[in-house]
Amino acid sequence: MADQPDIVVRARGLRKQYGERVAVDGVDFDIPRGRCFGFLGPNGAGKTTTLRMILGLTPASAGTLSVLGLPIPERAREVRARVGVVPQGDNLDPDFTVEENLQVYASYFGLPHRALGARIERLLEFAALSDRRRSKTEALSGGMKRRLIIARALINDPELVVLDEPTTGLDPQARHVIWGRLSDLRARGTTLLLTTHYMEEAERLCDELVIMDQGRILAQGTPRALIQRHVEPEVIEIRSDPETALARLEHQSDCRLERMGTSLYCYTRDGRPLIDSLQEDHGITFLHRPAGLEDVFLKLTGRELRD
Amino acid sequence: MSTVWKVPKTRRGAFAVLRRNVLVWRKLIGPAMVMNFGEPTLYLLGLGFGLGAFIGEMSDMPYLTFLASGIIASSAMTTATFEGMYSVFTRMVPQRTYEALLATPLEVDDILAGEMLWCATKSLISGVAILAVAGILGVLAGWQSLLVLPAVFLTGLCFAGPAMAMAAVARNYDFFNYYFVLLITPMFILSGVFYPIDTLPDAVQGVVWILPLTHAVALCRPLVSGQPFNDPMLHIVVLSAYAAVGYYLAVVLTRRRLLV
Repeated sequence: MADQPDIVVRARGLRKQYGERVAVDGVDFDIPRGRCFGFLGPNGAGKTTTLRMILGLTPASAGTLSVLGLPIPERAREVRARVGVVPQGDNLDPDFTVEENLQVYASYFGLPHRALGARIERLLEFAALSDRRRSKTEALSGGMKRRLIIARALINDPELVVLDEPTTGLDPQARHVIWGRLSDLRARGTTLLLTTHYMEEAERLCDELVIMDQGRILAQGTPRALIQRHVEPEVIEIRSDPETALARLEHQSDCRLERMGTSLYCYTRDGRPLIDSLQEDHGITFLHRPAGLEDVFLKLTGRELRD
Repeated sequence: MSTVWKVPKTRRGAFAVLRRNVLVWRKLIGPAMVMNFGEPTLYLLGLGFGLGAFIGEMSDMPYLTFLASGIIASSAMTTATFEGMYSVFTRMVPQRTYEALLATPLEVDDILAGEMLWCATKSLISGVAILAVAGILGVLAGWQSLLVLPAVFLTGLCFAGPAMAMAAVARNYDFFNYYFVLLITPMFILSGVFYPIDTLPDAVQGVVWILPLTHAVALCRPLVSGQPFNDPMLHIVVLSAYAAVGYYLAVVLTRRRLLV
């Protein structure tokens, strides 16, 4: 793989099976350096299992995997020395303060003590936690904890940062702060690999992504390319009285219809005729918007997001 | 399957894990010291003086010396067992500290080696406290009693391994009651801490010599009391074997639990 220096993670036929259940079903992907690469999919799609295999923490059932040019799992230890990990949940050390969490974590990498002070200072600033350095981690809000976990993942100045659902459970403001920090990181050339089930997050952050469901990769590309390739550019979402709307839409020939819960989605190249006709009926609430990743996702998986 | 059974390889990282635990312990040093000094003081004063007044000498030494040299070994056992089960389980499961550790270059082998060193260090701290109390009570043979400390450390290692193996398979804290009731408490009572084991029936003696605490007591008692040794190499080998097998088992079971 030495002739492929720009590929940070390369997977071929990667598979993980637990007894009868196939968690990851033979996936192939290449993650280029300096990009933000996303795994988008519902819970149980196999995203976390894929990340764990990349880190050498879950042995693959089949397939080959190399990270930073090194084979996994054989050289996983060296790889983890050069990778930062943001786990799905909070696993900060509750016995230590904010600053001590960073110091102690650095010791696990065997980092020399000398340069550490300045680096920890920078990371506290990056996480906007300089004034909370002596707080116990339990005293931090969810957003602060997340920021500290991200700072902790950067302690070894990693080439690749792996984030497992970095903003799940955060309020919108905290989420925006995290997005800002991740964009900063990418701007500095750090490769980011993140899993998410938030379409907005994937659309905002990812240069390239794969859509995963039931252990398989359904589609891969830039968010824009995925949208162009898989769905019509406009969506009219009808949110009330789908029965009446359905009857009305029977006559609309250039419209692909999908029904999801109580909403009706009409995908089309030109929404104007339909909008004109819907506006005559005041009982109908509808939303006209450009197609997004969510539409791609719904089309590809053919069902609602699961919990 | 083969990766789970792979022979453990420990590296420098084990000391980072040991250091983490030392740093946490330093924060809670007050209650830790009360535990370390208070318990042996109570045992030695209460049982040593109270029972000692009736017993006088046991195995050619004052009962207080006999008891102190037994308690130093049994305390190494309980200290390492508590740390290896409850604390290791806490870090492995509810607190998810191991998940954070495994995202670094550390591996299960290093983490558990560090934990084991820490368990033995805690045993050592308890040993120092008991020696200090025993010294104040004037029951030590002299400065050579300090030589018991390496034996206490080895005893700590010996009990840390099996305790961590229990932590690796535990679903909850209650599970540890089995281990305490079925193994630790019988050893505490049968392994010669309170009375010499040659008073036990022959058949029981045979079983008792399989137990690691019996060897720990047999190793510690002459060092504390200044009496001649009996088969020290045998005791060291048995304790080391328990330590090594326990560590290996703990590593295998922890890999099976965490690296899936």
